[in-house]
Amino acid sequence: MSAAVLERPVSEAQARLEAHLRETIEWHFSPETGCPFWLDWAKQAGFDPRKEIGSLADLKRFPHFDDNWLRDEPNERWVPRAYAGRPYHVFETGGTTGMPKQRLSWEDHRIDYSEFSKTLDDAYFPRGATWLMLGPTGPRRLRLAIEHLANVRGGSCFHVDLDPRWVVKLLGKQDVETANRYKDHVIDQAVTILKNRTVNCLFTTPKLLEALGERINVPGAGIKGVFCGGTSMTPQMVRFLSEEVLENKARFVPTYGNTLMGLACSRPLEPADKWSATYYAPQPRAVLRVVEPKDTTRDVPYGQYGRVELTTLTKELFMPRFLERDEAIRREPCALYPWDGVGDVRPFGALEKKVVEGVY
Amino acid sequence: MSLPHIPVLRFGSAYESLDTSEVKDCRTGAVLAKLSIANAGLVRRDLQTRQRGAFEALHRVPMARLLEICAKAGEHFMRSTLPLGAAHTQSADEYVRMLSATSGLPHAMCRRNMEKINHVLTRMPEILKGLTRGLDPSVLDGGMGEQSGVPVCYVPQSQALGIVLPSNSPGVHSLWAPSIALKTPLALKPGREEPWTPYRLLQAFIAAGCPAEALGFYPCDHDGAEAILRLCGRGMLFGDAKTTARYASNPGIQLHGPGFSKVLIGADQAERWRDHLDVIVESIVANGGRSCVNASAVVTAKHGRALAEALAERLGPISPKTADDPEAALSAFANRAFAESIDEAIEEGLKTPGAEDLTARYRQGPRRVVFEGATYLRPTVIWCSSFEHPLANREYLFPYASVVEVPQDRMLELIGPSLAVTALTKDEAFRRELVLCAQIDRLNLGPVPTGHVRWDQPHEGNLFEFLYHRRAIQRVEA
Repeated sequence: MSAAVLERPVSEAQARLEAHLRETIEWHFSPETGCPFWLDWAKQAGFDPRKEIGSLADLKRFPHFDDNWLRDEPNERWVPRAYAGRPYHVFETGGTTGMPKQRLSWEDHRIDYSEFSKTLDDAYFPRGATWLMLGPTGPRRLRLAIEHLANVRGGSCFHVDLDPRWVVKLLGKQDVETANRYKDHVIDQAVTILKNRTVNCLFTTPKLLEALGERINVPGAGIKGVFCGGTSMTPQMVRFLSEEVLENKARFVPTYGNTLMGLACSRPLEPADKWSATYYAPQPRAVLRVVEPKDTTRDVPYGQYGRVELTTLTKELFMPRFLERDEAIRREPCALYPWDGVGDVRPFGALEKKVVEGVY
Repeated sequence: MSLPHIPVLRFGSAYESLDTSEVKDCRTGAVLAKLSIANAGLVRRDLQTRQRGAFEALHRVPMARLLEICAKAGEHFMRSTLPLGAAHTQSADEYVRMLSATSGLPHAMCRRNMEKINHVLTRMPEILKGLTRGLDPSVLDGGMGEQSGVPVCYVPQSQALGIVLPSNSPGVHSLWAPSIALKTPLALKPGREEPWTPYRLLQAFIAAGCPAEALGFYPCDHDGAEAILRLCGRGMLFGDAKTTARYASNPGIQLHGPGFSKVLIGADQAERWRDHLDVIVESIVANGGRSCVNASAVVTAKHGRALAEALAERLGPISPKTADDPEAALSAFANRAFAESIDEAIEEGLKTPGAEDLTARYRQGPRRVVFEGATYLRPTVIWCSSFEHPLANREYLFPYASVVEVPQDRMLELIGPSLAVTALTKDEAFRRELVLCAQIDRLNLGPVPTGHVRWDQPHEGNLFEFLYHRRAIQRVEA
């Protein structure tokens, strides 16, 4: 679709985003609703965000969000006053070792996955179908989010756990053999479920889907749709999983997301994409930019690699300008998602150094 | 003109991966081809689902026909214009130029290696005779037969031979070439800088009538290589000591690491060292010193220093020449960082007292030189005062040798594993000890260069015994 045709949807989406941004700022920096962390931050910042942040460009007045704040600050510091007294979930980030980053959640994970559910094709993700969640559960958001996704679509969900922190440790010690044995153990459990229960929909990671496909015929086991995420996927991986593991019979839906962002959906792949997935943040609840690594105030031109910057804008979490450990190609808006997308995501600096990432 | 794209060969179908690497001219940096990189999952999937078909396709072809195919493949490899991906072809001359450009080998050495491979393919009956000790090849058609009046039965140990190949010298491909004649399909992972030879060889086999379903070509990363070695019933791994060490306890994987090949001079011949100089020089410098059968140490009972001086005088002046110069004796390094680290390692070793680079004064300049845009290491002879010196038993990818004096009665206890040993001695007692020495893989008694191959002698492991197991069989027709 031409840029001219998209001009109006893009500007409308931008306007919606900025209105949402103003509401979010108002919420987090009002003493009646905001959390102690941001209220205290504003006191020493020398400006009142409620008065001076009106547009996305103004967000640059915030420094990059330091993820250590999510490790070091007590959880209570992130509770908005408006939610005081309401119990919350604590979700932790994926494969990192040491003190994990923690995000509090009341409804965000449910909202994000209810929204995501609307993008799924019922022909491949049938209403009422049973899901299998084959990936990192434990303290991660995905554990409840996938179950909610199944529930919101009228089905239930089985779980097979994988502990990515253990895998990171094994790979760090180059103990590939034990890591492979652990992978086999995880896949064994998934195969058992698939052989003994009717399951139509699967959430898993690229590597686990690949490994599952080495043990059973995945579409032959009844899987009609696979929602895949957790680590980056090269175009070759997307092609291989779609064409060979799923034999072009089951729908493959690649996503990009994490505990801090939510879920960026991919636009449906077309032949011209050459299997390169482009992901769009769940605007206005989160915004992705692809920025110049050496001057993060500037976006890279379309078609070029830059570092991924995430801003999360929900009532439960305000997280401005967080620099992800990923890089991606900045892609143009599309009709389905009239805002910037990110393509061919890979670990930041992947070309310069070997990054231990593909743990699950 | 588009670049050639060398695809993955998936036992009968060519596949252009979206992941590619560039195969570059080591002198100019120009990209000569794109090489498809198979993701590890694809490699595993194929080896799980296509090996049986590959095995059956090859076993349907009678041995007599396979021997014809090998001979024709040898001719095609040597002379024909063969496919290079979907849209390009490659003549024999283009092959030599491309191979030279990316591997750094001079044209003359590329051609010598071509001839070596051609020789193996066109003389396959002779090669099989050496490997099988004269077994009638047709026995492999049904798996049973007779040899010297005794019933024999041979069971294949795998449905495919998986090989992780090096980039150093195309001659190594002669080692696996008999696999097709032994009815064993191939899954090859080429070296990054040298996809040319294995790809061309497979195309030569296909042109000669070999079922394409029997041939796999999988450029891939470490995970893919690991899958090839794990999922084929038999594997071959070429690599350095660290790479091969991981598989040391796996009898299903034949390891081709450093050779640490040597020339040993017994006390009886040590006085006559001048007579053996040509053999020693060739052992060190043939094929640009790139082979594991090149001598990397000369161990003599006496007159070591004089011998080392004479070797340095012969080898030191050898300098890089243009790639197409028929006299070129040195190979460029495809990866210049590799040359730098070797040079640094030698300099570091020289800091330990007891070693001297005798070639330094004959080469009139540094060891590491850049010539026509490529990096070379010039021949180096190190005189070591003892075999314990860190430079005494080292192997590098260029003409490098230490010379060390060791009493004859201690030689065999010190030499360690040695792929090829040329023993210059007529002392029958010492010869007997050499024959009994388990550290030596291939033994040349007398003035035979270490790299010399007699094709009826299996070397670097007997491929037939690796791929087949002799089963006891008793048969009664009721």
